[in-house]
Amino acid sequence: MSASFLPTGVEYIRLLPEIILAIFGTVVMMASPLRPKESRNFLYTLTLIGLVAALWASIAAYASPGTAFQGMVIIDGFGTFFRVLVIGVGILTILISHQYLTRERAEPGEYYSLLLLSVLGQCVMVTANELIMLFIGLEVSSIASYVMAGYLRHDRRNNESALKYFLLGSFATAFLLYGVAWIYGITGTTNLAEVRAALLTPGLAPTGMLASAAAALMFIGFAFKVSAAPFHVWAPDVYQGAPAPVAAFLSAGPKAAAFAILLRVYMTAFEPLADRWEPILWLSALLTMVIGNFAALTQTNIKRLLAYSSVAHAGYVMVAVTTNTEMGTAAAMFYLASYAFMNIGAFAVVAHISRQGEKYVQIQDLAGLGVRQPLTAALLSVFMLSLIGVPLTAGFFGKFYIFKAALDANLVWLTVLGLLNSAVAAYYYLRVIVVMYMQEPVESTNSLPPLPTGLKATLWGAAAGTFLLGIFPSLVLDFAGRSAALVK
Amino acid sequence: MHHLWLIPTIPLAGSMINLLFGRRLPKIAVSGVAIGSVLLSFLWVLNVLSGLGGLEEAHIERYFTWIQSGDFNVGFDLMVDRLTAVMLLVVTGIGLLIHIYSSGYMAHEEGFSRFFAYLNLFMFFMLILVLAANYLVLFVGWEGVGLCSYLLIGFYYLKKSAGDAGKKAFIVNRVGDFGFSLAMFLIVVTFGTLDFARVFAQAKDMPVEAGVGTLTVICLLLLLGATGKSAQVPLYVWLPDAMEGPTPVSALIHAATMVTAGVYMVARSSVLYLKAPLAMDAVAIIGLVTAVLAATIGLAQNDIKKVFAYSTVSQLGYMFLALGVGAFSAGIFHVVTHAFFKALLFLGAGSVIHALEGEQDMRLMGGLRSKIPVTFATIFCAAVAIAGVPPFSGFHSKDEILLAAHHHAPWMYWVGVVTAGMTAFYVFRAIFMTFFGSYRGHHHPHESPWVMLGPLCILALLSLGGGYIHIPHFLEPLFPLAESAHESTLVYISVAAGLAGIGLAWLMYVAQPGLPDAISRSFRGLYTLVYNKYFVDEIYDAVIVHPLRDGSRSVLWKGIDEGVIDNVVNGVGRSARNVGSVLRVMQSGYIRSYATWVVLGSVIVVAAISFLGGSR
Repeated sequence: MSASFLPTGVEYIRLLPEIILAIFGTVVMMASPLRPKESRNFLYTLTLIGLVAALWASIAAYASPGTAFQGMVIIDGFGTFFRVLVIGVGILTILISHQYLTRERAEPGEYYSLLLLSVLGQCVMVTANELIMLFIGLEVSSIASYVMAGYLRHDRRNNESALKYFLLGSFATAFLLYGVAWIYGITGTTNLAEVRAALLTPGLAPTGMLASAAAALMFIGFAFKVSAAPFHVWAPDVYQGAPAPVAAFLSAGPKAAAFAILLRVYMTAFEPLADRWEPILWLSALLTMVIGNFAALTQTNIKRLLAYSSVAHAGYVMVAVTTNTEMGTAAAMFYLASYAFMNIGAFAVVAHISRQGEKYVQIQDLAGLGVRQPLTAALLSVFMLSLIGVPLTAGFFGKFYIFKAALDANLVWLTVLGLLNSAVAAYYYLRVIVVMYMQEPVESTNSLPPLPTGLKATLWGAAAGTFLLGIFPSLVLDFAGRSAALVK
Repeated sequence: MHHLWLIPTIPLAGSMINLLFGRRLPKIAVSGVAIGSVLLSFLWVLNVLSGLGGLEEAHIERYFTWIQSGDFNVGFDLMVDRLTAVMLLVVTGIGLLIHIYSSGYMAHEEGFSRFFAYLNLFMFFMLILVLAANYLVLFVGWEGVGLCSYLLIGFYYLKKSAGDAGKKAFIVNRVGDFGFSLAMFLIVVTFGTLDFARVFAQAKDMPVEAGVGTLTVICLLLLLGATGKSAQVPLYVWLPDAMEGPTPVSALIHAATMVTAGVYMVARSSVLYLKAPLAMDAVAIIGLVTAVLAATIGLAQNDIKKVFAYSTVSQLGYMFLALGVGAFSAGIFHVVTHAFFKALLFLGAGSVIHALEGEQDMRLMGGLRSKIPVTFATIFCAAVAIAGVPPFSGFHSKDEILLAAHHHAPWMYWVGVVTAGMTAFYVFRAIFMTFFGSYRGHHHPHESPWVMLGPLCILALLSLGGGYIHIPHFLEPLFPLAESAHESTLVYISVAAGLAGIGLAWLMYVAQPGLPDAISRSFRGLYTLVYNKYFVDEIYDAVIVHPLRDGSRSVLWKGIDEGVIDNVVNGVGRSARNVGSVLRVMQSGYIRSYATWVVLGSVIVVAAISFLGGSR
């Protein structure tokens, strides 16, 4: 008995990415005060090495899929996909943050460490096979990101953002934890497969309603994290106030991980209750799309615009979740991957244009960018077109597969309304392009320094990813399709 | 695996290098990268073909699923069979020679690296086109070569005529490509796939259509696509204007390779066409009409490149004639020999233009025989080949086509023979005006460097002896051998027509130089008609372009766009913004109100899930 508590060697390999991230997160934090003052690149390089090693470990771990640590985590295609995605988001964020932190004269050590820990939390989330593990991952990820949102502590906007994020986040997480407690009370287990088995047991009728209420409580926590309506209210304020690279990170990494657990929990444990939660998801998906898109129409601040756009995109992914089919899951996975590229790309351009102290964050500050810096404007246009969903970009196939999955699942009205929404969205994205190309340069664009090499490389990478997924979607979709069948 | 993907990818890499770094590289490095990439690609083709041996069966490489949607999926698949093998050798072989030639021809031009980047990109798309194993990948190549053609026609973009010609080519091709797209949709609907192997396997079991059926419609739409790309009636008008591009481009894209894509595509779809006799007749008649029309226009042109351009249109007509009468292998045979002699004619013309510092008007040439002897000798080889003088290459392929046409319908043979006579006449007219008599211009002609003359000599050898590469025999497993008449009299007649054309040209432009003027004076009306290319451009302008433009301006723009759409859009926009400002109420900025929203939402969600719906 006692021997079986000791994990075997292969179980360590399955958890290797998390182990690597934890070690590097700690090492970076400890190395921060010890490093020579003038070498900013040391911690940066160390962090990148850690993330790349974790990326490699995620792929290596997939060679031996299975559960680990008493079935607390599960390494399957789905988890691996999201592990690679969140670590990839971490890498892109580091690449765009380095320049930003130098510019804002901020200490990079804690930032990098927090980012590694946040990614660690997300990796735990996406491979969690039971509710406690899931909650721990969520908290690790969240607490690190609360701090990151307020990283520039002399900036009032940062403080406001972090405080709002923290208070509301804790509030929503309490609902989640309460739901977990209920589930444990009803079924006596926190393992997803066992919860499912218990819910499928006949004669559960009196507790069926309780189980549904528990599912609803957990949904509130998830919906908050993915910024689905009506729990999205925090997102615009937090994204607008947070440093631009952090906003990019929040809208891609934690959101993808939260969608991963939403998909995993609802498609496995709560699948027997699908009749009950499908209408709520339907409504939430629609509200999220409508609120995100229509509120974005009147924004003048580009970060706030991207924040609402991020809410709207969460709505599209919610459509995929509502389908409750494997095709929908695959579509959601593909969408989150493509969204990571285009959204980080867009935020990176914003971070560059905003200048020190984020002075220039109005859409009008982009006027004439097409004349002053054709390359920057062209790259931002690519990301905007992809966010609209124009063919040849990742956004097109992302939307295509989601709405196709929705049609196949007979969600005709949701599809129609979703498509109308994405037509509305074209307006505010195109407005950015219009301002860049059809207005005379203003002070902010006239004084814009050229793109730093590192940032340029990241932007090229994000644009290349956007096009690659838009021209050869099968590269990602094939894998997503194969791993969408979750272990039940 | 034979790594077919390397064949197109190497030129693509060359193109990317020149596009990104070309401006900073010395010219020798730029041309080295460009020529080297095509050379490697050519060598890889040889390696693949020798590795695949006889190619009795098609060799298909499936890389990945490109697009999947329900039951329908398209793979990124490449294949080689004997037809592809022939095309690969022509494209990479001729492409290599023209790349080498270009490094000399373009040496003094602006935009050296841009030119080679586009040219390599063209090679990439052209190779994708011939290697494709399904219609969609073929279409990628098809559109890609169209794009490169547009970019290269408008290469001298500061010249308005070049820009206009590029646009014209692009727009005219759009019409054809629309037909191609419709054909693809119809193929998907009919066969459920775009994969060549599967489409043709299903089509083989279908009955031959007596009237107009699905297959006929598919074939006619494909034909519309082919008429655009391969410059056939009614969409041939872009090709003569395309001569605004640099001459090597005219040789590579607008003579040897891209314009034969339509021929290749129809031959590739031969299984479909054989089930649709009506479409076959359409192909034959369009080919014949084009051949005659373009040949007559060629009789009266004075720009040396325009003469060869109309000649290309006319020869492409021959190829379509061959396809239409069922002699697919003869059509492809003519593609190959035509690639040899027409590339040579253009490159030779380029050498002449180079010698005269940009002069293209044949009336200002003459007597160049002694001044640029190597160019003269090589271009003369091409001329005898295209005129169908035995035993040179054009004779063999043209003969196959004419004999097959005679078996199909004797009148087609006779029209073809007359066209052959005209072909011989206008080509030798060009030769005599350029190289014989006395020099009428005022430049100082100089022979081109050997980097240009080398490719000319190789092409001259191929033009002379290329007819003995017996391509129809090689393609036998793919195409049923067309029945053709075997009468030596018919051969003698067509050869005689060619020789008569040469003789007449000699008489009019060397022996009696006053004769052409006299003739054009006595047939003033006819001459004006032909000289102005039957006013086809003007007719298209009046019938299509003007009504379209005026209609767009008065009805679509002023009426529908400004009147209806703008009002609707503005109205929708206003109401959408109103909705937006309502939503702003939610966003007060206070944490307490946000928390209230969370609580309200929670109550609704929990209540709804708990009390609505029943468990399964």
